[in-house]
Amino acid sequence: MFGNLDFDVIRRALPYLFYEGMTFTLTLTFLAALGGLIFGTALALMRLSGLKILGRIAGIYVDFMRSLPLVLVIFWFYFLVPYIGQWVTGASRPISVGAFASSLITFIMFEAAYFSEIMRAGIQSISRGQPAAASALGLTYAQTMRYVVLPQAFRNMLPVLITQTIVLFQDTSLVYVLSITDFLGAASKVAQRDGRLVEMYLFAAVVYFTISCIASYGVRRLQARIAIIR
Amino acid sequence: MNYNWNWGIFFQPNPMGTGTYLDMLLSGLALTLKTAALAWVIALITGSIVGVMRTLPSKGANWFGFAYVEFFRNMPLLVQLFLWFFVLPEILPRAAGLWLKQLPNAPFWTAAIGVGFFMSARVAVQLQAGISSLPRGQKMAATALGLTTVQGYRYVLLPMAFRIILPPLTSEFLNTIKNTAVAITIGLLELTGQARSMQEFSFQVFEAFTAATILYLLVNAVVVTAMRFLERWVAIPGYITGK
Repeated sequence: MFGNLDFDVIRRALPYLFYEGMTFTLTLTFLAALGGLIFGTALALMRLSGLKILGRIAGIYVDFMRSLPLVLVIFWFYFLVPYIGQWVTGASRPISVGAFASSLITFIMFEAAYFSEIMRAGIQSISRGQPAAASALGLTYAQTMRYVVLPQAFRNMLPVLITQTIVLFQDTSLVYVLSITDFLGAASKVAQRDGRLVEMYLFAAVVYFTISCIASYGVRRLQARIAIIR
Repeated sequence: MNYNWNWGIFFQPNPMGTGTYLDMLLSGLALTLKTAALAWVIALITGSIVGVMRTLPSKGANWFGFAYVEFFRNMPLLVQLFLWFFVLPEILPRAAGLWLKQLPNAPFWTAAIGVGFFMSARVAVQLQAGISSLPRGQKMAATALGLTTVQGYRYVLLPMAFRIILPPLTSEFLNTIKNTAVAITIGLLELTGQARSMQEFSFQVFEAFTAATILYLLVNAVVVTAMRFLERWVAIPGYITGK
């Protein structure tokens, strides 16, 4: 069963897997989470702004993104981004966008929809008296959001935001469909080159599992700490 | 945008000789729905068993439920599909592995099983939350009436819990449909896969993906509407959603 497995193939591929693959995966996860959070917060503020038209636009965007499979969205942006780039820069031909930039844009746009729902719940969890008190103190809308509402909303939602980032970390493996060398892509390239699918995929599974497990354990501890304060 | 739009492409014959490009996409949609349906049955059955185990008084059952959920939740779906598709046949005894490899429609069965078990962990978490949201008195009342644990779950706890978690289950079902698209990586020609091959054959990228997008949105709308009716039909009197 496991007798003819060659685990040395993993050891030899380690530098490639981690320097190339994992670096890509982690950078993509981090930047996409950051961008998704910023855009998501903007979408949530649009939805709660009280301006009907802004709320409608944000709502349609969120529902639209959430009804589509991520794989399809990855393909969409992969083909669409060069044309958007051409439109923005006014070039005469679709511009070529690197694999990293293309997947980063995809994940920011896709995750913004999910982060916006989390931030919306976070903002709605702040009691009505707080923005009222802020405006009584003479703070503007921007100041109220910046100093009163958003810091608390962010803090209350931190465990959920991190959980969503763990999901994002796992979802970045889907850039495999564009033959990008993320962690799984690197594992798969070695697997196919050396004909060692079993070892490489098992190893990839163990690495993803370990990182996600540690992160979700951290979230549980964080949740316990936050729960005591409230 | 210097892109040659050609919306008539859908009515041109596809190179596989299976009708038009539109037929190709529709057969992809059918396969998406078939895979999702089988995956959902697996997810619902195993997820319910594991979810119940997490609420049982037995420590062992609790621990198993916890480990099960952690196992299936902490690996990307894509990696899980690769494990089912490439790794499982190799580590099974030779005869069983060979049988698996020669299975007709292997991508379909792998996708349904892989997505099914992946989603079962999520169903289990939802069901556990639903059961623990019930007042403690319900379980006690069931015991006081002389119901066994199985009867208590069958007649008292589960009928309530499933109704309470119907809205989150709807979104898990929608996730199941969307997640079947990951099976494009093991060669399943579901909707996204067919849109991708239409793009490769015809070079009409945006038409193909637009059509797939519209089909996904339609499926979404149908499921959401149907579930809203179901929710109203099974609503518990006295609860906010009840009559």
